[in-house]
Amino acid sequence: MSDAVALAPRAAKVDLAGWWIAPPLIVLALLFLYPLTLIARAALIDDSGGLNLAAAFEVLDSRAFLDALLNTAEIAVASTAGCVVLGLTLGLILAFAPFPGAGLVARIVDTFIALPTFLVTLAFTFLYGSAGILNGALTSGLGLDHPPVDFLYSAWGVVLAEVTVYTPFVLRPLLAAFSLVDRSQIEVASLLGARPLRIVRQVILPAALPAIVAGGSLCLLLTVNEFGIVLFIGAKGVITLPLLIYDKAIQESDYQAACAIAMVNVALSLGLFGLYRFAARRLGG
Amino acid sequence: MLVWSLSGRVLVWSFAALILGVIFVAPLAVIMLASVSQQWNGILPTGFTLEHYRDAAGGAERDAVFASLVTGFVASLLALVTGAWAALALRARAGRWGDALGVLFFIPSAVPSVSVGLGLLVAFSQKPLLLNGTTAIVFVAHYVLISAFAFGNISAGLSRLAPDYEEVASCLGARPGYKLMHVTLPLIAPYLVASFGLSFALSMGELGATVMVYPPGWVTMPVAIFGLTDRGDIFTGAALTMILVVTTLILLLGLERAPIRSAAPR
Repeated sequence: MSDAVALAPRAAKVDLAGWWIAPPLIVLALLFLYPLTLIARAALIDDSGGLNLAAAFEVLDSRAFLDALLNTAEIAVASTAGCVVLGLTLGLILAFAPFPGAGLVARIVDTFIALPTFLVTLAFTFLYGSAGILNGALTSGLGLDHPPVDFLYSAWGVVLAEVTVYTPFVLRPLLAAFSLVDRSQIEVASLLGARPLRIVRQVILPAALPAIVAGGSLCLLLTVNEFGIVLFIGAKGVITLPLLIYDKAIQESDYQAACAIAMVNVALSLGLFGLYRFAARRLGG
Repeated sequence: MLVWSLSGRVLVWSFAALILGVIFVAPLAVIMLASVSQQWNGILPTGFTLEHYRDAAGGAERDAVFASLVTGFVASLLALVTGAWAALALRARAGRWGDALGVLFFIPSAVPSVSVGLGLLVAFSQKPLLLNGTTAIVFVAHYVLISAFAFGNISAGLSRLAPDYEEVASCLGARPGYKLMHVTLPLIAPYLVASFGLSFALSMGELGATVMVYPPGWVTMPVAIFGLTDRGDIFTGAALTMILVVTTLILLLGLERAPIRSAAPR
């Protein structure tokens, strides 16, 4: 704030300069915030223009919605846990027991961030599907009658696909945090006789905790919002909130129900976004 | 460094190779293989063919490639302009309001894409802005979803910029507009190009909002791939996915290494 005092003579100009933010703000309001308010309006206000909470409550009290909410939460939590465990394992190896080409591997894993998520699901059909490689090998190898591996078209298939797709989002901040860990601290600890697991627990993990929390909460947000993977797996019993919104709006043309569910989904996402910002900021990530 | 013995290292490395192989390499490899397979019922495909790429090079699939490229280009260009504009405007505006506005520009990346699509469908199916059923609504959906990433990338670039050159330009009497065009924008050019590449890549893979709003005549690659696999034509789907992956990687890596040098990295 002392800057503002020092620049007091230019205050009028700065004030004017503040309006430069208006054009992109108007675009954001028109194309993003206005549609969001219309979702709430469509969910809560009926054709006559009056407030009608009963219809929205009926949707939110339905079996389909509650199942989808539970599925979404379970899949998101399981996937995030998987991403954190896998990201931590890979990150520790890439950073503290690097093999030749570890840097290249980290970069390749990084490019997964920009690839479409459904790619993995499509690949899983070839790998773990009923006519896929794994089942083909097992049936011909063991002489079985029917394919033994049958997890793909269940919540586990979705979780495994999401772990693949979202681990890089944990790995990236973790590698950044690991690169800041003081190497001499680790060497001293091992000279003093500490075993690798103890060094990880007492030296490395405390330093990487902010990155774990930030990466984990980002994963939670992205897995709650994930649509492509769930749509491509297309299992009957695995309906999440985004898929339910799509079903209601596009398959059943029930926009009122779709908007009511979307309101809950958006609120959930914004809450997780707030948690992510809080974690990233609070822990200095 | 953490594992000293040779046997320990070999153990750890084979473990890492196994995880990386099963989780990251196998999916890409298997799609690549499937895109050139004639038939695949056992462990390995029987016979190889380029037929699926030939299928993907004509008809509806070619239209999908075209639709994705045009959508990605238009949406990324718009996101680049507004993202750079917002980042530059907010840079001059530190403090609580500036921070709050910065968060506001990030929010589109936090909202589920299906809900963004639903909102656009509801908002622009009525007057005064009737966009439903047009190509423009697809552009808008992609623009909204990638705008936050463009803004974030360019903001990060600006925050790394050393103020020296701009201060020198100001001291030498450059007017704000001249300084922006001849000093600031050239300095952040690498970030602008990288942000354009990332936006384009994200747009190419966008599915959730697109399935909500696309008109019949404007099917993007992800929607076409879903259509193909849903019909059981997984090999052509794999070929189109490979085209999507290669295009995305070219955009990402190519633009990241564009021959534009940052003059003043701090």
